[in-house]
Amino acid sequence: MMKTDEKMIVNGKRLDGRKPDEMREIKMEVGVIPNADGSAKVSFGKTTAIAAVYGPRKLFPRHKQKSDTGIIQYNYDMATFSVDERKRPGPGRRETEISKVSRLALEPVLFLKDFPKTTVDVFIEIIEADGSTRVTAINAASLALADAGVPMRDLIVGLSGGMVNGVPIIDLCGKEDNYCDADVPIAFLPNKNEITLLQMDGRLTPEETKSIVRNVLHAGKEVYKKQVEALKKKYSE
Amino acid sequence: MRSEYILKLLEKNERLDGRKLDEFRKITIEKNPIKRAEGSARVKIGKTDMIVGIKMEFGEPYPDTPNSGVLMTDAEFIPLAHPEFQTGKPGEDPTEAARVIDRGIRESETIDVEKLCIEKGKKVWTVYVDVYPLNHDGNLIDAGSLGAIVALKCTKIPSVDKDGNVDRENLKGSLPIVHTPITITIGKVMDKMIVDPIFEEEEVLDCRLCVATTEEGKVVSMQKIGVGVLTDDDVDEMIDIAIEKGKELRKLVEDGKKTVKQKTKTNKSRKS
Amino acid sequence: MKKNDKKSREITVPGELIGSSKTFKSGYGTYIEGDKIFSEFVGILQKKDDYVSVIPLSGVYIPQRNDRIIGVIEEVQKFGWIVNVNSAWDGFLPTSEGIDDYVDVKKVKMERYFDVGDIIYTQVNDHKKGDVQLTMRTPIARKLRGGVIIKITPSKVPRLIGKQGSMVTLIKEKTGTIIRVGQNGLVWISGENVDKAIKSIKMIEQKSHIFGLTEEISKLLS
Repeated sequence: MMKTDEKMIVNGKRLDGRKPDEMREIKMEVGVIPNADGSAKVSFGKTTAIAAVYGPRKLFPRHKQKSDTGIIQYNYDMATFSVDERKRPGPGRRETEISKVSRLALEPVLFLKDFPKTTVDVFIEIIEADGSTRVTAINAASLALADAGVPMRDLIVGLSGGMVNGVPIIDLCGKEDNYCDADVPIAFLPNKNEITLLQMDGRLTPEETKSIVRNVLHAGKEVYKKQVEALKKKYSE
Repeated sequence: MRSEYILKLLEKNERLDGRKLDEFRKITIEKNPIKRAEGSARVKIGKTDMIVGIKMEFGEPYPDTPNSGVLMTDAEFIPLAHPEFQTGKPGEDPTEAARVIDRGIRESETIDVEKLCIEKGKKVWTVYVDVYPLNHDGNLIDAGSLGAIVALKCTKIPSVDKDGNVDRENLKGSLPIVHTPITITIGKVMDKMIVDPIFEEEEVLDCRLCVATTEEGKVVSMQKIGVGVLTDDDVDEMIDIAIEKGKELRKLVEDGKKTVKQKTKTNKSRKS
Repeated sequence: MKKNDKKSREITVPGELIGSSKTFKSGYGTYIEGDKIFSEFVGILQKKDDYVSVIPLSGVYIPQRNDRIIGVIEEVQKFGWIVNVNSAWDGFLPTSEGIDDYVDVKKVKMERYFDVGDIIYTQVNDHKKGDVQLTMRTPIARKLRGGVIIKITPSKVPRLIGKQGSMVTLIKEKTGTIIRVGQNGLVWISGENVDKAIKSIKMIEQKSHIFGLTEEISKLLS
């Protein structure tokens, strides 16, 4: 978390003119990668994630196979040109951690007992990064999994909450991510109100923390509506 | 059995999707889809979908060209684009693809690298061209090269702030691009030459020849890919095809048209 | 007769509440939590009297006993063949289920019967936890020669076949082809106008959820 003298909220408006509880423009499209079993492209403002799902399919090497269930493998990657300074290609420690927590966010949602010895591979490519990339990716993954016909308990909504200059906000953009008091990415099941991904960077009181989590769950309902719309749109004439 | 069917069709000068042997699929070009990048392009050729991003960073010049900027091209065949792509270090195919795309730009001296010097002998602009397929249905090299030249043409150079850092908020001007190289891949199978192979067609080809040409009609790079052999007559024919098709694709880049359904010459291929 | 003004059938998404488990029985594509029934898929919701199910609009093939499928021989082994059945698992065709004659496996090469790349119309004998057993010991089973194979989403196979085979028969007649539809989503086509047949099959795959599909296909074929 970096420090800045710049005010992040002026006259109740954030750097990009948003109100504290306002999300950026959300775009969702399902079925963007013909080769994949399921795919989706999701943008929150200038953060764009593409997800492709392959599977359930054969899992190699053999020793990874589980005899009574399928597994999910999650691969989060950022394009070199997705950020300001060109990023070296290939996964670093940050990508490895994000891949892990995201995988664990999706695992409990999929019914994989019917697919022993297989894997459901989720590949994420961030092509533009402006804050909240991991939760944007989760929305894309949710749509791609549903598009692939993997049986799921629920869709998964990803959304970040946080605090800047003492004000709780929703959907952090890049600059806010860097200079906030706290950044709280969350993934949850919208119909069950179950949280499957929760992380936090920052310094808050317990009450502030709890209230940010509640705000995100509340605002996430809009994100859920967009997911449903995007899925149904693919099949309407 | 699918390959047998493809070969049977080719014997009659026909293809799976009804195209002629020298016909490209529908091409769509999107300029600058990635705002974060200094330049970018998304090119679709049929179902092949490529995204190319250009980043400009400070770098050191090559010792033998101390006042010239540097070009670096990389391709990542990310696993999302095809069920057979794997995670991990790039293998020989993306490495080769990147180098072929690079050659077309470099050998034609498309970027006026003399204009990219910041501090003689010490600091120059490095232009990074990064190519990512989003969906692989054949002909990645042509799509990548097309994306690269489109992206380069809309690339803006960042300025240098008073502390000597890259300032991307203030873009100074366009990257000096003086040529329009186009790479065309021609595939040979049996005695047929085909252009723009889809993934399944690539699997039945004896070999391919990638030829990059410029608007001046010069050939600036060639790469034979695959184990099959070519006669000198083959090479003559392929160069001619590359020049002709290069002209068609170059029109897309120059006219700034977004989509084109290719019109084709009918002499070379006839339906029986 | 009430005119249905909906252009496509009702689509449900995973997690959507369908009904109470006190009123309905939970069928394929649904699951129960507490006393509520939810959807597992993006699919078409079917509510019949006291039974609800969801037909997924996509998804890989899960072999079921007695399914009639198209397979491609992948590997020849001593006691049988490994068969690609377009699923997350391979099928296995044991020698005893593949050949009628008595065979001395030490003397005879199995390739004589089925070789790598051969296409077969076969039946699933059983599927337990990723172990898929096939059999050719049924009158419909045979080797398919020549032709070409295309893939469609397995859940759309019934639409391709149509009521009492009406849809696939229409395509066969209008294109002069032989078509074998595997329940695993693999379709084998051979004959005159294979391209036209492929086009109509692809259209059915894309538009399986809309009404009036039969007319559109007839138009395409004439």
